[in-house]
Amino acid sequence: MLEITEGSLAVAEAVRLCRPQVIAAYPITPQTHIVEALADMVANCKLDADYITVESEFSALSACLGASAAGSRTYSATTSQGLALMFEVCFNVAGMRLPIIMTIANRALGAPLSIWNDQQDSISLRDSGWLQFYAEDNQEATDLHYIAYRVCEDPAVALPAFVCFDGFILSHTYEPVEQLNQADVDKYLPKFAPKERLDAADPISFGMYATPEYYHEFRYAHDKALKDSAAVIKKAGEEFKKLFGRDYGAMVEGYLLDDAETVIVAMGSICGTTKDAIDEMRATGKKVGLLKVRVFRPFPSEELSKALAGAKRIAVLDKNISLGSKGALALEIRDALYGSRVSVFGYIIGLGGRDVRKKDIKEIVALAEKGQGDIFYGLRKEVL
Amino acid sequence: MRELRIHGRGGQGSVTAAELIAVAAFEGGVFSQAFPAFGVERRGAPVQAFVRFDDKMIRKRSQIYEPDYIIVQDSTLIKDVNVFLGVKKGGIVIVNTEKAPDYKVPDGVKLITIDATSIALKVIGLPITNTSLMGAFAAATGEIKFSALENALRHRFPKELAEKNIEAARQAFETVKRAA
Repeated sequence: MLEITEGSLAVAEAVRLCRPQVIAAYPITPQTHIVEALADMVANCKLDADYITVESEFSALSACLGASAAGSRTYSATTSQGLALMFEVCFNVAGMRLPIIMTIANRALGAPLSIWNDQQDSISLRDSGWLQFYAEDNQEATDLHYIAYRVCEDPAVALPAFVCFDGFILSHTYEPVEQLNQADVDKYLPKFAPKERLDAADPISFGMYATPEYYHEFRYAHDKALKDSAAVIKKAGEEFKKLFGRDYGAMVEGYLLDDAETVIVAMGSICGTTKDAIDEMRATGKKVGLLKVRVFRPFPSEELSKALAGAKRIAVLDKNISLGSKGALALEIRDALYGSRVSVFGYIIGLGGRDVRKKDIKEIVALAEKGQGDIFYGLRKEVL
Repeated sequence: MRELRIHGRGGQGSVTAAELIAVAAFEGGVFSQAFPAFGVERRGAPVQAFVRFDDKMIRKRSQIYEPDYIIVQDSTLIKDVNVFLGVKKGGIVIVNTEKAPDYKVPDGVKLITIDATSIALKVIGLPITNTSLMGAFAAATGEIKFSALENALRHRFPKELAEKNIEAARQAFETVKRAA
Protein backbone atom coordinates (compact mmCIF):
# COMPACT_ATOMS: atom_id res chain seq x y z
CA MET A 1 0.00 0.00 0.00
CA LEU A 2 1.27 3.44 -0.90
CA GLU A 3 1.83 5.78 2.02
CA ILE A 4 2.99 9.35 1.90
CA THR A 5 6.06 10.00 4.02
CA GLU A 6 9.36 11.82 4.12
CA GLY A 7 12.21 10.18 2.21
CA SER A 8 14.39 9.88 5.30
CA LEU A 9 11.59 8.22 7.25
CA ALA A 10 10.86 5.82 4.40
CA VAL A 11 14.54 4.82 4.36
CA ALA A 12 14.62 4.43 8.15
CA GLU A 13 11.57 2.15 7.97
CA ALA A 14 13.22 0.02 5.27
CA VAL A 15 16.34 -0.23 7.40
CA ARG A 16 14.22 -1.32 10.38
CA LEU A 17 12.63 -4.05 8.26
CA CYS A 18 16.12 -5.27 7.31
CA ARG A 19 16.66 -6.06 11.03
CA PRO A 20 20.12 -4.54 11.54
CA GLN A 21 21.65 -5.75 14.79
CA VAL A 22 24.09 -2.87 15.26
CA ILE A 23 23.66 0.74 14.16
CA ALA A 24 26.31 3.39 14.71
CA ALA A 25 25.96 6.83 13.20
CA TYR A 26 26.69 10.47 13.83
CA PRO A 27 24.05 13.04 12.83
CA ILE A 28 24.85 15.41 9.98
CA THR A 29 22.54 17.43 7.70
CA PRO A 30 20.75 16.22 5.57
CA GLN A 31 21.14 12.65 6.86
CA THR A 32 19.98 13.38 10.43
CA HIS A 33 16.29 12.44 10.10
CA ILE A 34 17.23 8.85 9.19
CA VAL A 35 19.36 8.16 12.24
CA GLU A 36 17.03 10.10 14.55
CA ALA A 37 14.16 7.89 13.40
CA LEU A 38 16.23 4.73 13.91
CA ALA A 39 17.36 5.86 17.39
CA ASP A 40 13.70 6.42 18.22
CA MET A 41 12.76 2.93 17.00
CA VAL A 42 15.50 1.33 19.10
CA ALA A 43 14.55 3.39 22.19
CA ASN A 44 10.88 2.41 21.79
CA CYS A 45 11.57 -1.30 21.21
CA LYS A 46 10.35 -1.18 17.61
CA LEU A 47 13.77 -2.34 16.47
CA ASP A 48 15.86 -4.88 18.37
CA ALA A 49 19.31 -3.44 17.69
CA ASP A 50 22.25 -1.96 19.55
CA TYR A 51 22.42 1.73 18.68
CA ILE A 52 25.93 2.91 19.47
CA THR A 53 26.23 6.65 20.01
CA VAL A 54 29.65 7.92 18.99
CA GLU A 55 31.55 11.21 18.92
CA SER A 56 32.38 11.26 15.20
CA GLU A 57 31.77 9.58 11.86
CA PHE A 58 35.21 7.97 12.11
CA SER A 59 34.03 6.19 15.26
CA ALA A 60 30.63 5.42 13.79
CA LEU A 61 32.03 3.41 10.90
CA SER A 62 34.76 1.91 13.12
CA ALA A 63 32.06 0.61 15.48
CA CYS A 64 30.21 -0.85 12.49
CA LEU A 65 33.44 -2.45 11.29
CA GLY A 66 33.95 -4.28 14.58
CA ALA A 67 30.31 -5.32 14.84
CA SER A 68 30.23 -6.59 11.27
CA ALA A 69 33.45 -8.54 11.75
CA ALA A 70 31.82 -10.16 14.80
CA GLY A 71 28.99 -11.33 12.55
CA SER A 72 26.28 -8.68 13.05
CA ARG A 73 24.20 -7.07 10.35
CA THR A 74 25.23 -3.43 10.65
CA TYR A 75 24.05 -0.08 9.33
CA SER A 76 25.21 3.49 9.22
CA ALA A 77 24.29 6.68 7.36
CA THR A 78 26.20 9.84 6.61
CA THR A 79 26.93 12.53 4.04
CA SER A 80 29.54 15.02 2.84
CA GLN A 81 32.16 15.92 5.47
CA GLY A 82 30.98 12.98 7.57
CA LEU A 83 31.83 10.59 4.77
CA ALA A 84 35.13 12.40 4.25
CA LEU A 85 35.98 11.75 7.90
CA MET A 86 35.27 8.03 7.31
CA PHE A 87 37.69 7.84 4.39
CA GLU A 88 40.24 5.59 6.08
CA VAL A 89 37.62 3.33 7.63
CA CYS A 90 35.80 2.98 4.29
CA PHE A 91 38.88 1.38 2.73
CA ASN A 92 39.32 -0.88 5.75
CA VAL A 93 35.70 -2.04 5.76
CA ALA A 94 35.86 -2.90 2.07
CA GLY A 95 39.28 -4.54 2.31
CA MET A 96 38.08 -6.70 5.20
CA ARG A 97 35.10 -7.64 3.00
CA LEU A 98 32.48 -6.56 5.54
CA PRO A 99 28.95 -6.11 4.12
CA ILE A 100 28.03 -2.90 5.94
CA ILE A 101 25.24 -0.91 4.31
CA MET A 102 25.48 2.86 4.58
CA THR A 103 22.96 5.38 3.31
CA ILE A 104 24.49 8.51 1.82
CA ALA A 105 22.18 11.54 1.71
CA ASN A 106 24.30 13.11 -1.02
CA ARG A 107 25.68 16.56 -0.24
CA ALA A 108 28.44 18.83 -1.54
CA LEU A 109 31.89 18.88 0.07
CA GLY A 110 33.50 22.00 1.58
CA ALA A 111 35.17 24.35 1.36
CA PRO A 112 33.23 26.55 0.79
CA LEU A 113 30.73 25.06 3.21
CA SER A 114 27.56 23.83 1.55
CA ILE A 115 24.80 21.77 3.11
CA TRP A 116 23.10 21.36 -0.27
CA ASN A 117 23.02 18.51 -2.71
CA ASP A 118 25.46 17.22 -5.24
CA GLN A 119 27.12 13.81 -5.47
CA GLN A 120 30.74 14.77 -4.82
CA ASP A 121 30.80 12.93 -1.48
CA SER A 122 30.07 9.37 -2.59
CA ILE A 123 31.79 9.85 -5.95
CA SER A 124 34.97 10.84 -4.09
CA LEU A 125 34.90 7.36 -2.49
CA ARG A 126 34.46 5.59 -5.81
CA ASP A 127 37.85 3.88 -5.46
CA SER A 128 37.22 2.57 -1.96
CA GLY A 129 35.84 -0.79 -3.09
CA TRP A 130 32.20 -0.32 -1.96
CA LEU A 131 29.22 -0.94 -4.21
CA GLN A 132 27.41 2.30 -5.06
CA PHE A 133 23.67 2.48 -5.77
CA TYR A 134 21.92 5.76 -6.75
CA ALA A 135 18.17 6.31 -6.31
CA GLU A 136 15.92 8.39 -8.54
CA ASP A 137 13.04 8.67 -6.06
CA ASN A 138 12.16 7.62 -2.54
CA GLN A 139 10.60 4.33 -3.65
CA GLU A 140 13.88 3.33 -5.21
CA ALA A 141 15.89 4.68 -2.27
CA THR A 142 13.81 2.50 0.04
CA ASP A 143 13.93 -0.66 -2.08
CA LEU A 144 17.66 -0.41 -2.76
CA HIS A 145 18.36 -1.07 0.93
CA TYR A 146 16.85 -4.57 0.65
CA ILE A 147 18.75 -5.19 -2.56
CA ALA A 148 21.99 -3.89 -1.04
CA TYR A 149 21.85 -6.17 2.03
CA ARG A 150 20.88 -9.15 -0.09
CA VAL A 151 23.71 -8.60 -2.57
CA CYS A 152 26.43 -7.57 -0.15
CA GLU A 153 25.87 -10.39 2.36
CA ASP A 154 26.05 -12.98 -0.41
CA PRO A 155 29.26 -14.87 0.46
CA ALA A 156 30.41 -14.52 -3.16
CA VAL A 157 30.30 -10.73 -2.78
CA ALA A 158 31.05 -9.94 0.91
CA LEU A 159 31.45 -6.22 0.29
CA PRO A 160 29.91 -3.04 1.69
CA ALA A 161 27.56 -0.68 -0.20
CA PHE A 162 26.52 2.93 -0.27
CA VAL A 163 22.86 3.50 -1.01
CA CYS A 164 22.90 7.09 -2.28
CA PHE A 165 19.92 9.41 -2.47
CA ASP A 166 20.07 13.12 -3.07
CA GLY A 167 20.19 15.14 0.14
CA PHE A 168 17.15 17.39 0.70
CA ILE A 169 15.84 16.75 -2.83
CA LEU A 170 14.84 13.23 -1.78
CA SER A 171 15.69 13.00 1.91
CA HIS A 172 13.38 15.87 2.87
CA THR A 173 10.64 15.27 0.30
CA TYR A 174 7.24 13.87 1.20
CA GLU A 175 5.93 11.59 -1.53
CA PRO A 176 4.13 8.26 -1.80
CA VAL A 177 6.22 5.17 -1.08
CA GLU A 178 5.17 1.54 -0.86
CA GLN A 179 6.70 -0.18 2.15
CA LEU A 180 7.17 -3.91 2.40
CA ASN A 181 6.05 -5.82 5.46
CA GLN A 182 8.27 -7.76 7.83
CA ALA A 183 7.24 -11.22 6.63
CA ASP A 184 8.04 -10.31 3.01
CA VAL A 185 11.39 -8.77 3.91
CA ASP A 186 12.28 -11.83 5.99
CA LYS A 187 11.49 -13.97 2.97
CA TYR A 188 13.75 -11.90 0.74
CA LEU A 189 16.55 -11.26 3.20
CA PRO A 190 17.83 -14.31 5.06
CA LYS A 191 19.73 -13.96 8.35
CA PHE A 192 23.30 -12.69 7.98
CA ALA A 193 25.52 -15.77 8.01
CA PRO A 194 29.08 -14.73 7.14
CA LYS A 195 31.62 -17.40 6.18
CA GLU A 196 34.20 -15.84 8.51
CA ARG A 197 33.65 -13.90 11.72
CA LEU A 198 35.42 -12.96 14.91
CA ASP A 199 34.78 -15.75 17.38
CA ALA A 200 36.70 -16.22 20.63
CA ALA A 201 36.24 -20.00 20.35
CA ASP A 202 37.77 -20.09 16.88
CA PRO A 203 40.04 -17.07 16.59
CA ILE A 204 40.89 -15.52 13.22
CA SER A 205 42.19 -12.07 12.24
CA PHE A 206 40.72 -9.40 9.98
CA GLY A 207 42.75 -6.73 8.23
CA MET A 208 46.22 -8.00 9.05
CA TYR A 209 49.09 -6.62 7.06
CA ALA A 210 49.85 -8.04 3.65
CA THR A 211 53.44 -8.12 2.46
CA PRO A 212 54.32 -7.36 -1.17
CA GLU A 213 53.99 -11.10 -1.87
CA TYR A 214 50.24 -10.93 -1.08
CA TYR A 215 48.89 -7.36 -1.26
CA HIS A 216 48.69 -7.27 -5.06
CA GLU A 217 46.53 -10.42 -5.08
CA PHE A 218 44.30 -9.10 -2.27
CA ARG A 219 43.51 -6.11 -4.47
CA TYR A 220 42.87 -8.36 -7.47
CA ALA A 221 40.46 -10.51 -5.46
CA HIS A 222 38.66 -7.43 -4.15
CA ASP A 223 38.31 -5.97 -7.64
CA LYS A 224 37.10 -9.29 -9.03
CA ALA A 225 34.51 -9.68 -6.27
CA LEU A 226 33.22 -6.16 -6.95
CA LYS A 227 33.02 -6.79 -10.69
CA ASP A 228 31.42 -10.21 -10.19
CA SER A 229 28.79 -8.67 -7.91
CA ALA A 230 27.06 -7.50 -11.12
CA ALA A 231 25.61 -10.98 -11.60
CA VAL A 232 24.44 -11.11 -7.98
CA ILE A 233 22.79 -7.67 -8.33
CA LYS A 234 20.96 -8.90 -11.42
CA LYS A 235 19.70 -12.01 -9.60
CA ALA A 236 18.72 -10.07 -6.47
CA GLY A 237 16.87 -7.51 -8.60
CA GLU A 238 15.03 -10.18 -10.54
CA GLU A 239 13.95 -11.97 -7.38
CA PHE A 240 12.79 -8.66 -5.90
CA LYS A 241 10.67 -8.14 -9.00
CA LYS A 242 9.18 -11.61 -8.72
CA LEU A 243 8.17 -11.02 -5.11
CA PHE A 244 7.27 -7.33 -5.05
CA GLY A 245 6.81 -6.24 -8.67
CA ARG A 246 9.38 -3.48 -8.91
CA ASP A 247 12.26 -4.19 -11.26
CA TYR A 248 15.87 -3.55 -10.23
CA GLY A 249 17.40 -6.36 -12.26
CA ALA A 250 19.37 -4.02 -14.52
CA MET A 251 22.13 -1.69 -13.37
CA VAL A 252 21.06 0.88 -15.98
CA GLU A 253 17.53 1.77 -16.98
CA GLY A 254 16.41 3.29 -20.29
CA TYR A 255 13.63 5.81 -20.84
CA LEU A 256 12.43 6.23 -24.46
CA LEU A 257 15.78 4.96 -25.67
CA ASP A 258 14.78 2.88 -28.69
CA ASP A 259 14.85 5.55 -31.39
CA ALA A 260 16.69 8.24 -29.39
CA GLU A 261 19.31 10.24 -31.27
CA THR A 262 20.41 12.19 -28.22
CA VAL A 263 20.68 10.20 -25.00
CA ILE A 264 21.10 11.87 -21.64
CA VAL A 265 22.95 9.79 -19.05
CA ALA A 266 22.46 10.68 -15.39
CA MET A 267 22.28 9.36 -11.83
CA GLY A 268 19.89 10.09 -8.97
CA SER A 269 16.94 12.43 -8.61
CA ILE A 270 17.87 14.52 -11.65
CA CYS A 271 16.51 11.62 -13.73
CA GLY A 272 12.92 12.47 -12.75
CA THR A 273 13.09 16.06 -13.97
CA THR A 274 14.93 14.81 -17.06
CA LYS A 275 12.09 12.39 -17.90
CA ASP A 276 9.54 15.21 -17.74
CA ALA A 277 11.77 17.37 -19.97
CA ILE A 278 12.14 14.45 -22.43
CA ASP A 279 8.34 14.04 -22.65
CA GLU A 280 8.06 17.72 -23.63
CA MET A 281 10.90 17.47 -26.16
CA ARG A 282 9.36 14.32 -27.64
CA ALA A 283 6.07 16.19 -28.07
CA THR A 284 7.92 18.63 -30.35
CA GLY A 285 9.44 15.77 -32.36
CA LYS A 286 12.90 15.65 -30.79
CA LYS A 287 14.22 12.12 -30.44
CA VAL A 288 15.66 12.27 -26.94
CA GLY A 289 15.99 9.53 -24.33
CA LEU A 290 17.50 8.91 -20.91
CA LEU A 291 19.80 6.23 -19.61
CA LYS A 292 19.69 6.18 -15.84
CA VAL A 293 22.71 4.69 -14.10
CA ARG A 294 21.48 3.01 -10.93
CA VAL A 295 24.71 1.22 -10.06
CA PHE A 296 27.94 3.20 -10.34
CA ARG A 297 30.12 0.54 -8.69
CA PRO A 298 30.58 -1.98 -10.10
CA PHE A 299 30.44 0.18 -13.22
CA PRO A 300 28.03 -1.39 -15.74
CA SER A 301 30.21 -0.82 -18.81
CA GLU A 302 28.76 -3.68 -20.82
CA GLU A 303 25.08 -2.95 -20.14
CA LEU A 304 25.75 0.69 -20.80
CA SER A 305 27.51 0.29 -24.14
CA LYS A 306 24.73 -2.05 -25.29
CA ALA A 307 22.03 0.43 -24.24
CA LEU A 308 23.82 3.35 -25.92
CA ALA A 309 24.65 1.52 -29.16
CA GLY A 310 21.98 3.29 -31.25
CA ALA A 311 22.64 6.84 -30.05
CA LYS A 312 24.12 9.62 -32.19
CA ARG A 313 25.29 11.69 -29.26
CA ILE A 314 25.36 11.34 -25.52
CA ALA A 315 24.97 14.11 -22.97
CA VAL A 316 26.27 13.07 -19.56
CA LEU A 317 25.08 14.97 -16.47
CA ASP A 318 27.55 14.95 -13.59
CA LYS A 319 26.70 16.34 -10.16
CA ASN A 320 30.37 16.00 -9.33
CA ILE A 321 33.70 17.06 -10.77
CA SER A 322 37.09 15.41 -10.64
CA LEU A 323 38.78 18.82 -10.37
CA GLY A 324 41.45 19.22 -12.99
CA SER A 325 39.72 16.62 -15.15
CA LYS A 326 36.03 15.93 -15.81
CA GLY A 327 32.84 14.57 -14.29
CA ALA A 328 33.20 11.01 -13.00
CA LEU A 329 30.29 9.60 -14.98
CA ALA A 330 31.41 11.20 -18.27
CA LEU A 331 34.89 9.72 -17.84
CA GLU A 332 33.47 6.24 -17.23
CA ILE A 333 31.16 6.47 -20.22
CA ARG A 334 33.94 7.57 -22.55
CA ASP A 335 35.92 4.58 -21.35
CA ALA A 336 32.98 2.21 -21.81
CA LEU A 337 32.39 3.50 -25.36
CA TYR A 338 36.03 3.68 -26.40
CA GLY A 339 36.33 2.76 -30.06
CA SER A 340 32.72 3.58 -30.92
CA ARG A 341 31.90 6.62 -33.07
CA VAL A 342 29.31 8.12 -30.80
CA SER A 343 30.11 11.61 -29.39
CA VAL A 344 30.08 11.97 -25.62
CA PHE A 345 29.55 15.44 -24.10
CA GLY A 346 29.90 16.05 -20.38
CA TYR A 347 28.04 18.68 -18.36
CA ILE A 348 28.80 19.56 -14.74
CA ILE A 349 25.44 20.54 -13.30
CA GLY A 350 23.65 21.26 -10.04
CA LEU A 351 26.67 21.55 -7.76
CA GLY A 352 26.06 22.65 -4.16
CA GLY A 353 22.28 22.59 -4.56
CA ARG A 354 21.93 24.69 -7.73
CA ASP A 355 18.39 23.91 -8.88
CA VAL A 356 18.01 21.90 -12.10
CA ARG A 357 14.90 22.62 -14.16
CA LYS A 358 13.37 21.09 -17.26
CA LYS A 359 14.60 24.07 -19.29
CA ASP A 360 18.18 23.28 -18.22
CA ILE A 361 17.85 19.74 -19.57
CA LYS A 362 16.46 21.09 -22.86
CA GLU A 363 19.30 23.58 -23.12
CA ILE A 364 21.84 20.81 -22.55
CA VAL A 365 20.29 18.75 -25.35
CA ALA A 366 20.58 21.83 -27.60
CA LEU A 367 24.23 22.26 -26.60
CA ALA A 368 24.96 18.59 -27.35
CA GLU A 369 23.32 18.94 -30.76
CA LYS A 370 25.66 21.86 -31.45
CA GLY A 371 28.62 19.76 -30.31
CA GLN A 372 29.33 21.87 -27.24
CA GLY A 373 30.18 19.91 -24.14
CA ASP A 374 32.69 19.27 -21.38
CA ILE A 375 31.58 22.43 -19.62
CA PHE A 376 30.25 23.68 -16.33
CA TYR A 377 26.61 24.23 -17.27
CA GLY A 378 24.76 27.38 -16.23
CA LEU A 379 27.63 29.44 -14.84
CA ARG A 380 26.59 32.84 -13.47
CA LYS A 381 29.13 34.95 -15.35
CA GLU A 382 28.37 38.00 -13.18
CA VAL A 383 29.91 36.38 -10.09
CA LEU A 384 33.06 35.06 -11.77
CA MET B 1 -0.23 19.21 -12.33
CA ARG B 2 -0.98 22.01 -9.88
CA GLU B 3 1.69 23.65 -7.78
CA LEU B 4 1.68 25.55 -4.48
CA ARG B 5 4.43 27.79 -3.12
CA ILE B 6 4.37 28.82 0.54
CA HIS B 7 6.27 31.89 1.69
CA GLY B 8 6.88 32.37 5.39
CA ARG B 9 9.50 33.11 7.98
CA GLY B 10 11.54 30.47 9.80
CA GLY B 11 9.49 29.22 12.77
CA GLN B 12 6.05 29.80 11.23
CA GLY B 13 5.70 26.20 10.13
CA SER B 14 5.78 26.62 6.34
CA VAL B 15 7.50 23.26 5.85
CA THR B 16 5.01 21.52 8.15
CA ALA B 17 2.14 23.17 6.25
CA ALA B 18 3.51 21.89 2.94
CA GLU B 19 3.92 18.37 4.34
CA LEU B 20 0.44 18.24 5.86
CA ILE B 21 -1.22 19.65 2.73
CA ALA B 22 0.54 16.92 0.73
CA VAL B 23 -0.59 14.27 3.23
CA ALA B 24 -4.19 15.53 3.09
CA ALA B 25 -4.15 15.66 -0.73
CA PHE B 26 -2.80 12.09 -0.88
CA GLU B 27 -5.66 10.93 1.37
CA GLY B 28 -8.00 12.42 -1.21
CA GLY B 29 -6.54 10.18 -3.93
CA VAL B 30 -4.13 12.71 -5.43
CA PHE B 31 -0.42 12.06 -5.95
CA SER B 32 1.36 14.78 -4.04
CA GLN B 33 4.90 15.86 -3.30
CA ALA B 34 6.07 18.34 -0.65
CA PHE B 35 9.54 19.69 -0.06
CA PRO B 36 11.24 22.67 1.57
CA ALA B 37 13.46 25.25 -0.14
CA PHE B 38 16.43 23.54 1.48
CA GLY B 39 17.57 26.55 3.50
CA VAL B 40 19.48 26.77 6.73
CA GLU B 41 16.54 27.12 9.09
CA ARG B 42 16.76 30.33 11.09
CA ARG B 43 13.90 31.85 13.01
CA GLY B 44 12.55 34.89 11.18
CA ALA B 45 14.43 34.43 7.90
CA PRO B 46 12.33 34.21 4.71
CA VAL B 47 11.66 30.55 3.83
CA GLN B 48 9.77 28.73 1.11
CA ALA B 49 8.10 25.35 0.91
CA PHE B 50 6.46 23.67 -2.06
CA VAL B 51 3.66 21.21 -2.85
CA ARG B 52 2.77 19.55 -6.15
CA PHE B 53 -0.54 17.80 -6.92
CA ASP B 54 -1.10 15.48 -9.88
CA ASP B 55 -3.12 12.47 -10.98
CA LYS B 56 0.06 10.43 -11.47
CA MET B 57 3.39 9.97 -9.67
CA ILE B 58 5.36 13.21 -9.74
CA ARG B 59 8.88 12.94 -11.14
CA LYS B 60 9.88 16.59 -11.35
CA ARG B 61 12.24 17.73 -8.58
CA SER B 62 12.95 21.38 -9.35
CA GLN B 63 11.63 24.20 -7.19
CA ILE B 64 8.35 25.86 -8.11
CA TYR B 65 8.61 28.95 -10.31
CA GLU B 66 5.12 29.18 -11.83
CA PRO B 67 2.71 28.22 -9.04
CA ASP B 68 -1.06 27.88 -9.34
CA TYR B 69 -1.37 28.76 -5.67
CA ILE B 70 0.63 30.91 -3.26
CA ILE B 71 0.31 31.18 0.51
CA VAL B 72 1.99 34.13 2.23
CA GLN B 73 2.21 33.53 5.96
CA ASP B 74 3.57 36.97 6.79
CA SER B 75 2.53 40.02 4.76
CA THR B 76 5.66 41.94 5.82
CA LEU B 77 7.53 39.63 3.41
CA ILE B 78 5.81 41.28 0.46
CA LYS B 79 8.05 44.36 0.54
CA ASP B 80 11.28 42.27 0.73
CA VAL B 81 10.55 39.23 -1.45
CA ASN B 82 8.67 39.11 -4.77
CA VAL B 83 6.29 36.51 -3.37
CA PHE B 84 3.92 36.71 -6.33
CA LEU B 85 6.66 36.00 -8.89
CA GLY B 86 5.55 33.62 -11.62
CA VAL B 87 2.01 32.97 -10.35
CA LYS B 88 -0.17 31.60 -13.15
CA LYS B 89 -3.16 33.42 -14.62
CA GLY B 90 -6.26 32.09 -12.87
CA GLY B 91 -4.14 31.35 -9.81
CA ILE B 92 -5.03 32.00 -6.18
CA VAL B 93 -2.94 33.93 -3.65
CA ILE B 94 -3.74 33.67 0.06
CA VAL B 95 -2.17 36.32 2.28
CA ASN B 96 -2.24 36.36 6.07
CA THR B 97 -2.96 39.95 7.03
CA GLU B 98 -5.39 41.99 9.09
CA LYS B 99 -4.97 45.00 6.80
CA ALA B 100 -6.48 46.00 3.49
CA PRO B 101 -3.86 45.20 0.84
CA ASP B 102 -1.54 48.02 -0.26
CA TYR B 103 -0.03 45.76 -2.95
CA LYS B 104 -1.37 44.29 -6.15
CA VAL B 105 -1.36 40.70 -7.31
CA PRO B 106 -0.78 40.14 -11.05
CA ASP B 107 -3.76 40.46 -13.43
CA GLY B 108 -6.08 37.47 -13.54
CA VAL B 109 -4.96 36.23 -10.11
CA LYS B 110 -7.39 35.99 -7.21
CA LEU B 111 -6.29 37.48 -3.90
CA ILE B 112 -7.73 36.18 -0.64
CA THR B 113 -6.72 37.86 2.60
CA ILE B 114 -7.33 36.33 5.98
CA ASP B 115 -6.33 37.37 9.47
CA ALA B 116 -4.80 34.03 10.37
CA THR B 117 -2.66 35.57 13.12
CA SER B 118 -5.73 36.67 15.10
CA ILE B 119 -7.34 33.25 14.64
CA ALA B 120 -4.16 31.50 15.78
CA LEU B 121 -3.71 33.79 18.81
CA LYS B 122 -7.32 33.33 19.83
CA VAL B 123 -7.57 29.57 19.33
CA ILE B 124 -4.04 28.23 19.83
CA GLY B 125 -2.64 31.05 21.96
CA LEU B 126 0.43 31.39 19.72
CA PRO B 127 0.96 33.35 16.47
CA ILE B 128 1.60 30.12 14.54
CA THR B 129 -0.47 30.64 11.43
CA ASN B 130 0.27 27.60 9.31
CA THR B 131 -2.73 25.51 10.33
CA SER B 132 -5.21 28.38 9.85
CA LEU B 133 -3.78 28.98 6.41
CA MET B 134 -4.15 25.29 5.58
CA GLY B 135 -7.85 25.65 6.36
CA ALA B 136 -8.03 28.75 4.14
CA PHE B 137 -6.20 26.86 1.37
CA ALA B 138 -8.68 23.96 1.58
CA ALA B 139 -11.61 26.38 1.30
CA ALA B 140 -10.13 28.51 -1.47
CA THR B 141 -8.79 25.80 -3.77
CA GLY B 142 -10.66 22.56 -3.06
CA GLU B 143 -7.35 20.70 -3.50
CA ILE B 144 -7.78 19.10 -0.07
CA LYS B 145 -10.87 18.10 1.90
CA PHE B 146 -11.23 19.57 5.36
CA SER B 147 -11.72 16.08 6.83
CA ALA B 148 -8.39 14.97 5.31
CA LEU B 149 -6.71 18.01 6.83
CA GLU B 150 -8.17 17.07 10.20
CA ASN B 151 -6.77 13.56 9.88
CA ALA B 152 -3.35 14.87 8.90
CA LEU B 153 -3.26 17.20 11.91
CA ARG B 154 -4.43 14.47 14.31
CA HIS B 155 -1.74 12.17 12.98
CA ARG B 156 1.02 14.78 13.38
CA PHE B 157 0.28 16.46 16.74
CA PRO B 158 -0.58 15.27 20.27
CA LYS B 159 -4.33 15.25 20.91
CA GLU B 160 -4.85 18.60 22.64
CA LEU B 161 -2.58 20.51 20.27
CA ALA B 162 -4.17 18.77 17.27
CA GLU B 163 -7.68 19.77 18.35
CA LYS B 164 -6.66 23.42 18.82
CA ASN B 165 -5.04 23.49 15.40
CA ILE B 166 -8.06 21.83 13.81
CA GLU B 167 -10.27 24.49 15.37
CA ALA B 168 -8.02 27.27 14.01
CA ALA B 169 -8.07 25.63 10.58
CA ARG B 170 -11.87 25.30 10.76
CA GLN B 171 -12.37 28.98 11.60
CA ALA B 172 -10.16 30.02 8.68
CA PHE B 173 -11.89 27.50 6.40
CA GLU B 174 -15.30 28.90 7.31
CA THR B 175 -14.18 32.53 7.01
CA VAL B 176 -12.96 31.92 3.45
CA LYS B 177 -16.07 29.89 2.54
CA ARG B 178 -18.33 32.69 3.85
CA ALA B 179 -16.46 35.35 1.88
CA ALA B 180 -16.66 33.35 -1.36
